[in-house]
Amino acid sequence: MSMSDTRQHQAAVDALYDEAEHWHVNTGGETIHAKRIRGRWRTIKWMTAGVWLIFFLGPYLRWDGRQAVLFDIPSRQYHLFGVTILPQDFWMLSLLLLFFAILLAVVTALVGRVWCGFFCFQTVWTDIFTWIEEWLEGTPPQRRKLDQAPLSRAKVRIKLTKHLLWILIGFFTGFSFVAWFSDAPALWGAFFLGEANSAVYISVTLFTVGTYILAGYLREQTCFWLCPYARIQGVMLDKTTIVPTYDERRGEPRGRVRKGETEASRTNGDCVDCKQCVAVCPTGIDIRQGQQEGCITCALCIDACDEVMEKVGRPRGLIRYASLDEFAGQAPKALLLRPRVWVYATILVVALSGIFYGMSSLDAIDLKVLHERAPLFVTLSDGSIQNKYTLKMLNKMPEELAVRISVSGPEGLKLVGAEAPVIIHAGGVTPAMVFVKVPKRNLNKAQEPIRFRVEATRPDGLVVESERTSVFVGPDR
Amino acid sequence: MAENNPFPGENNTGHVWDDNLRELKNPPPRWWMLAFWASVAFWVGYAILYPMWPIGQEPTQGVLGWSQMKEYEEGVEQITAKRAQFEEKLAGMTADQIIADPGLKEYTLASAKVLFGDNCRACHGSGGAGNPGYPVLADDDWLYGGTTAKIQESIAAGRKGVMTAHEKILSPVEVDTLAQWAVQMNDTAGAGGSPEGWALFKSKGCTACHGEKANGHVVDLPNGEFVSVGAANLTDGIWRFEPGGFESAKHTILYGVNQTNVPGTRDAVMPVWGPDPTRGGVAKLGPEEIKKLVVYVHAFGGGQ
Repeated sequence: MSMSDTRQHQAAVDALYDEAEHWHVNTGGETIHAKRIRGRWRTIKWMTAGVWLIFFLGPYLRWDGRQAVLFDIPSRQYHLFGVTILPQDFWMLSLLLLFFAILLAVVTALVGRVWCGFFCFQTVWTDIFTWIEEWLEGTPPQRRKLDQAPLSRAKVRIKLTKHLLWILIGFFTGFSFVAWFSDAPALWGAFFLGEANSAVYISVTLFTVGTYILAGYLREQTCFWLCPYARIQGVMLDKTTIVPTYDERRGEPRGRVRKGETEASRTNGDCVDCKQCVAVCPTGIDIRQGQQEGCITCALCIDACDEVMEKVGRPRGLIRYASLDEFAGQAPKALLLRPRVWVYATILVVALSGIFYGMSSLDAIDLKVLHERAPLFVTLSDGSIQNKYTLKMLNKMPEELAVRISVSGPEGLKLVGAEAPVIIHAGGVTPAMVFVKVPKRNLNKAQEPIRFRVEATRPDGLVVESERTSVFVGPDR
Repeated sequence: MAENNPFPGENNTGHVWDDNLRELKNPPPRWWMLAFWASVAFWVGYAILYPMWPIGQEPTQGVLGWSQMKEYEEGVEQITAKRAQFEEKLAGMTADQIIADPGLKEYTLASAKVLFGDNCRACHGSGGAGNPGYPVLADDDWLYGGTTAKIQESIAAGRKGVMTAHEKILSPVEVDTLAQWAVQMNDTAGAGGSPEGWALFKSKGCTACHGEKANGHVVDLPNGEFVSVGAANLTDGIWRFEPGGFESAKHTILYGVNQTNVPGTRDAVMPVWGPDPTRGGVAKLGPEEIKKLVVYVHAFGGGQ
């Protein structure tokens, strides 16, 4: 190193240590004002946060003249682009939830709390809120100073602007959420004219207040004390999981860079104890203490440490994505050799195939058959046995259908009450009451299977149908 | 006390017992106290707004004037208003017209279910399944006819069939022969009655009520309807009085139906539900209710 280089280097290190006085590990007592720095992970974080734009913009997508994705609760229909899903098909929702739950598990097992660090609304919203805070109030020391400063016109102006912006973001969050359940463009008008449903106002208010409090005040305390996922996810890590980790063997014994010490003569480890990793941490923890519940694996400390290592001329990666196995000197286990991966993958595949099966076999009509129980059967004057059924026909098509009902079962059976086609409403269930008569001599058992079939011709000539087996009850034999 | 506090500076109240047992000043957290006072305030507000203190005969009424009964009555008003649109339509329609309209029929069936449960089910069973002595309403065997008009008549004016007790009119052998004949008729849907039975049936006056063909039709009208006095159709597979069979048929022949002063006679009375002349025209059910019941009973499966 040349003279000027050394001086420059020394100046950078001195500045770091001056700053280090300010950074403390989070003990929950004071607001954390994390330092913002640029870096690779910071950029990735912005990009992953961008996924949430879908949440804000999604409701305005149109498809076939209506909202592309619409959870229409009053009419109990869920529009997903070209597909309309009715409550009867909602079993797929449980598979979808299973899929995402397991996806969360598998991602956590492989690369830690990626959800927490990069995607979670709590993290992302807090990030945006503190970004506004920094923009209005300045760097963390300036913010702390402002917090302690006596009330002044400037302070009120800054604080008021900040809180208004926060509330505005909260409002947009609530409104965007509601917009998924209601026609979004129309909702804007209705909302401000006071014509929207009371549920809309309640939801938007709850979201606005909730966002304001959670992202504005509770912040990392949410992850520490409120969030159940935070606790669950920690359990899913194992020794092969790669998470941001401090390389203890390289870093310790940590020690400040002493004046006049050269890289060759130093006795300390690589860690210069500048506390930059604590400074940038949004949850205010010290990554050098190892894996802990407060770590949301946002990787911002990696950026911070790399920057410092660059400054002091030591190799990057003192804090890096690594597994415990790696530090123990073991070669990383191949992905496919981990039983976890197989178990999770199997569940994922099962859930996905279930959803795929469900989506591909969405019937146009769905038939349910309710056998009358009081009385189970009636003896008619000609000696035949009559059973009564209520057919519940669900029409998932957007148009009315004229349904032809037929039935097959014991010999000589006769269907009464469905001579003319039954008109079933679009997007709803239409009941029809029918009777089936069977001569007594043709019944061999007290209960015989009987199969109903409904079919209708759609306007485009396509025949849609549904079948359901029920039971025909007669006297004991 | 405070002067010689043996534990100074630990935030105690100065009350010390048994050398070292003392009372500390550890108030609950602020949020807890706030919640506590908030709940006290809620309680005071509640006492002002809602009925609360049981003073005298009735509790204090509260300034809102709310009561469970009022809330219930408002609920009833709301549902009545909702039903009004259907009820208005139904008022101007006959039972047959209602049956022809799927939407109104569905409404009527749902509405009449309660009426049937309250008034009819005790005897006729839920779903018209019948009970021993009480006719099945879900089959197609009607003593008085299964058209809506006839059902309406049966409900509004009631029915009381009569059969003479033949204990003193017929000999035991004749009774056995007729009972045997009734079983044969029942088993074979009217085709296999013995000639002796038929001879007795025709000569002993049974045809007056049961009809020439023993099908309960006194007179067949050209439009397909028939006139009956409620006598059972003996040519089908359905017994009027359970459990049916030889002994049961014999019992009916011997002691008749609705006979006064005949112990063991069959009891078969359908009460009057419409205006009752014997009670000064008071009706148990209004015409609209009876109309709904007609639609309901007609839909059991045997309506004609």
